[in-house]
Amino acid sequence: MAARQKQARQPAEGRNLPFLYARFDADALRGALRKMHLIRQFEEGAEDSYMRGLIHGTMHLSIGQEASAVGICLGLSDEDQITSTHRGHGHSIAKGADVSRMFAEFFGKTTGYCRGRGGSMHIADVSKGNLGANGIVGGGIPIAVGAALTAKKLGTGKVVVSFFGDGANNEGAFHEALNMASIWKLPVVFVCENNGYGMSTSVARATAVANIADRAAAYAMPGVIVDGNSVGEVAEAADAAIARARRGEGPTLIECKT
Amino acid sequence: MMDAATAVRELSYAQAIQEAMALAMEADERVFLMGEDIGVYGGAFQVTGDLVERFGPERVMDTPISELGGAGVAVGAAVTGLRPIFEFQFSDFAALAMEQIVNQAAKMRYMLGGAVSVPVVMRFPAGSGTGAAAQHSQSLEAWLGHVPGLKVIQPATPHDAKGMLLAAIEDPDPVMIFEHKLLYKMKGAVPEGRYTVPIGKAEVRRQGRDLTIVATSIMVHKSLEAAQMLAAEGIDVEVIDLRTVRPMDRETVIASVCKTSRLMCVYEAVKTLGIGAEVSAMVAESEAFDFLDAPIVRLGGAETPIPYNPDLEKATVPQVGDIVAAARALVTGAR
Repeated sequence: MAARQKQARQPAEGRNLPFLYARFDADALRGALRKMHLIRQFEEGAEDSYMRGLIHGTMHLSIGQEASAVGICLGLSDEDQITSTHRGHGHSIAKGADVSRMFAEFFGKTTGYCRGRGGSMHIADVSKGNLGANGIVGGGIPIAVGAALTAKKLGTGKVVVSFFGDGANNEGAFHEALNMASIWKLPVVFVCENNGYGMSTSVARATAVANIADRAAAYAMPGVIVDGNSVGEVAEAADAAIARARRGEGPTLIECKT
Repeated sequence: MMDAATAVRELSYAQAIQEAMALAMEADERVFLMGEDIGVYGGAFQVTGDLVERFGPERVMDTPISELGGAGVAVGAAVTGLRPIFEFQFSDFAALAMEQIVNQAAKMRYMLGGAVSVPVVMRFPAGSGTGAAAQHSQSLEAWLGHVPGLKVIQPATPHDAKGMLLAAIEDPDPVMIFEHKLLYKMKGAVPEGRYTVPIGKAEVRRQGRDLTIVATSIMVHKSLEAAQMLAAEGIDVEVIDLRTVRPMDRETVIASVCKTSRLMCVYEAVKTLGIGAEVSAMVAESEAFDFLDAPIVRLGGAETPIPYNPDLEKATVPQVGDIVAAARALVTGAR
């Protein structure tokens, strides 16, 4: 475990370039870099406002998870959908949210994404395919499978990505949802952002398997481990999973170790 | 609420529900059914019956035994444009799916600032009387009725089962339907074709002067039977079929109590912290309070799990004799 995490933290320069250059043009890559910076600066601004007592309630930052959000969403269109988590600001921005409406929501304003009713944990932007962040760990996973069922039934060609953290992989909803997505071969990609801890509890203490991606085998789907800090690695894995979903071959579980 | 004049026939409650689902699926491609063993098996209570033969397994989808995940899939499908009807095999299994019902379905529209709606229908076979014991006999409608964002209905007749289900399918919000298992075989007049019975409207089933009984689901029938017996004693009972737990029909209940000056609530669910408490409080807080000639009476289920032994099982929920005795005592003051 320790050795793998050490390896995952090695600099990613160079080894990610070939796929990204082959798959995305310069504008798309500039856009991705810009979004990663935007997420970091947005979160620093959010934290600053929070620490100054300007923001009410709860705030979960996605600093250090910029590459997984952007790398996954790089291969999605506005039509494709995501479900997100309590730590969801990065996903919203990666999916094209307007950061001023996000901040307005943090301040509880009617101009915010949820008209001040939801706050940090409930940003949704359906026009960009973001079906909503979620305050319940694992709550969005079956909802993503339902959205993928709609895509399959209506033949829309949409792919749905469900983001969740390492903590969610011990919720029953994770297991039930992955099983159903697999038996019905639904166009969904499960993305676990494994940051090593569910609050204070380490993955090693909470999870019986060494890698969360190992759990994919139980549901007969590919399980892929990537360096979640390498946007190229993430994007390459997402590209394969999205393509598989669009071909009607069913779901993939990607574990981004961040 | 009927679209056109149509013939009326006798159908069972289960057949009426099945007919509503079939009509909705014929009229709207987005409507589909999900649940455990609802396909070739026809559902644990044969409510879906042979619908899988008419509409195919894509629209009458058997799910794994995954109530939480299944409810979540239905919620996700509803949010993205479909109209799922999710059948729980027994209402008790709502406990397995409460996260998706209470934290997701009920809240998404409000919590996301109106960005989405969740037009999902969930059906719950409920109630005791089948010898299925403590984990397959509960009446949990008040649980869900406590949650803003949900609509909760309890049709008591085949006519209402069909009309209220069709109203539920049209509704933009999540609607939870509690169907008493002992009603499934009850027959009643059901019009052919499409019609809706509005959610949120109670129905006066019997007019009376001396006492208002507000009853739900199967207790409506028991109360009507009791009212018939009390009429022979000169006690004239008004029976209201509440039909909807949330949003509750305040006007009908209060108008009735203003007329009769007495109120009794009859429901199968555990008595405390239930629908009877809500109806009583609603009346006590209203202008009807000044009309009350006697304390309000609640007749509900015993404070125990539902037992297996048939005599004990009967003893845990109000029976016709209990309603007669309580009503007589209330009206004559012999308490």
